[in-house]
Amino acid sequence: MTELWQAFTKALELLVSLNPEVIEIAGRSLRISGTSCLLASLICIPLASLIHFHQFPGKRALINIIQTLFSVPTVLVGLFVFVLFSRAGPLGFFGILLTPTAMVIGQMILITPLLLGFIISALSGVSKEIVDTATSLGASGFQTIWLVLREARYAVLAAVIMGFGRAISEVGCALLVGGNMRGVTRVITTTISMETAKGDFELAIALGMILLFLALIINTILNRLQQR
Amino acid sequence: MMKPLSSIIEVVDLSHSYGEREILKGLNLSIGKGEVFALIGPTGAGKTTLLRIMDLLEVPAAGKIYFDGKCIPRSGKQRLEIRRRISFVHQKPQIFSLSVYDNVACGLRWRGEEKNRIAGKVDHILEMVGLEGYKNRKARTLSGGEAQRVALARSLVLEPEVLLLDEPTANLDPVSTAKIEQLISSVARQHNTTMIMATHDMSQGQQLADRIGVLLDGKLAQTGDATDIFRSPQNEQVARFVGMENIIEGVVIANNEGIVTVGIGGSAIQAVSNCPAAKAVYACIRPEEVTLALSTTQSSARNSFHAKVTRVNTIGPLSRVEIDCGFRLVALVTRISVEELNLQVDREVYAIFKATTVHIMEKGISK
Repeated sequence: MTELWQAFTKALELLVSLNPEVIEIAGRSLRISGTSCLLASLICIPLASLIHFHQFPGKRALINIIQTLFSVPTVLVGLFVFVLFSRAGPLGFFGILLTPTAMVIGQMILITPLLLGFIISALSGVSKEIVDTATSLGASGFQTIWLVLREARYAVLAAVIMGFGRAISEVGCALLVGGNMRGVTRVITTTISMETAKGDFELAIALGMILLFLALIINTILNRLQQR
Repeated sequence: MMKPLSSIIEVVDLSHSYGEREILKGLNLSIGKGEVFALIGPTGAGKTTLLRIMDLLEVPAAGKIYFDGKCIPRSGKQRLEIRRRISFVHQKPQIFSLSVYDNVACGLRWRGEEKNRIAGKVDHILEMVGLEGYKNRKARTLSGGEAQRVALARSLVLEPEVLLLDEPTANLDPVSTAKIEQLISSVARQHNTTMIMATHDMSQGQQLADRIGVLLDGKLAQTGDATDIFRSPQNEQVARFVGMENIIEGVVIANNEGIVTVGIGGSAIQAVSNCPAAKAVYACIRPEEVTLALSTTQSSARNSFHAKVTRVNTIGPLSRVEIDCGFRLVALVTRISVEELNLQVDREVYAIFKATTVHIMEKGISK
């Protein structure tokens, strides 16, 4: 227990003193995961609408696969991106391995199934009658989809929050494709992992608390938005 | 009967089914421009399905739909253009979780209407439905009656050529119902909007519509004005649906210059009809046309029967009295008469009704 207490006071100390390295690491975590979540949302919202509003053979199987991929291990995604972008890999010529860009791509791949699955289920939560009513009032197909997205906005936002949570909290992919390079690809989770390996539990726990604190701030802001 | 000059919507040989269940069975109907048409029928008769097909929400399994003389294609962009000239108020108002203003404005926005014009129109229509102070309210927080008015406003603001209404007052309290009915009839008068209204409330159809169609089991059993439908149903099913509680089987014994005598067991009823003798018929009498009295002296009615009360059932201000006068008859009388005549089981009374109130229906033309 004393260890936890010490870690807690140290975390407060690091936060209050605005320790430059901690700020930098936390900032990078936010930037990378925020970018990956934003980009994944931009892809997944239209894509999920497309899947939800169209009937095609294999739709059920597709949704089943998407849901299965919720549990894809983060290291597996890391490995996949690593192989893809390694110098000998098919996309090696981009030379982005061990950069934040690779981490963004990895996290996007990681959270895409989650976003797709939960946005589809958010859209399914809007009754068929709403769709009919919009159609009756003269909405085109695109206008109907836009209305349904607005009707489902809270559930869609929840899906995005969940995606962001998974992105900022994962370590396997970030470590594998980023390499935890100080000042370049070092983020909160990779630092926690490294400090733990070094035996510096206090800093590790302190960083963990900072991560949760960041998540708390973001969730509070998003919840405020929801209530408007 | 009023024949519309030119039809705005016409359906020809319309059939539709959901899975195994056949909902519409070769239905034909033509609605004139500016006409207010009420579609009455029991639940499950296919009223909603017919409206959905007319609103182009569904493609019928078979049959054609004409709008303003043109046949509507089964798919393609033209359907959206035509749908934008029609508006459909669904039975359960589906209010979008937006403000009242945005709910009413959305149809206009979808049509690319200019912002200032939208504001003007929305304000005007909200005032018309009595919701002018509710613009910024979240529409989901409204009561049932208010929500129904928002739904109606949302359709009316589009100034549609055809307004489809599915049970516009189902589940509403009497005050809200009266408001909605008033709105419907004032819009029909002012804008000459064609309206097709599904309702199971026959009196509503009678009040608001120029013409009524009785939809039974996927087919239009009868169309006509209110008097036609309520006084002269064409067959037994329609008669039962429009509240002809007394449907008595008999045979025409004689026809004497338009006054027929119908033999029923040992009794005879007189009615106005040109049905020839020896025909098997139903004699139909609305329960409110049967008067009960202690003597027959004051009445000029041709039919009077000595009867015994078998049951008295009071519902609100009226009592439904079942009597036996050789055949079973139901009379609807006021509670005051029940008290004055001391109507109770086994009480002996006279049942009196005029020959003109008896509707004679030939047997075997049903279905």
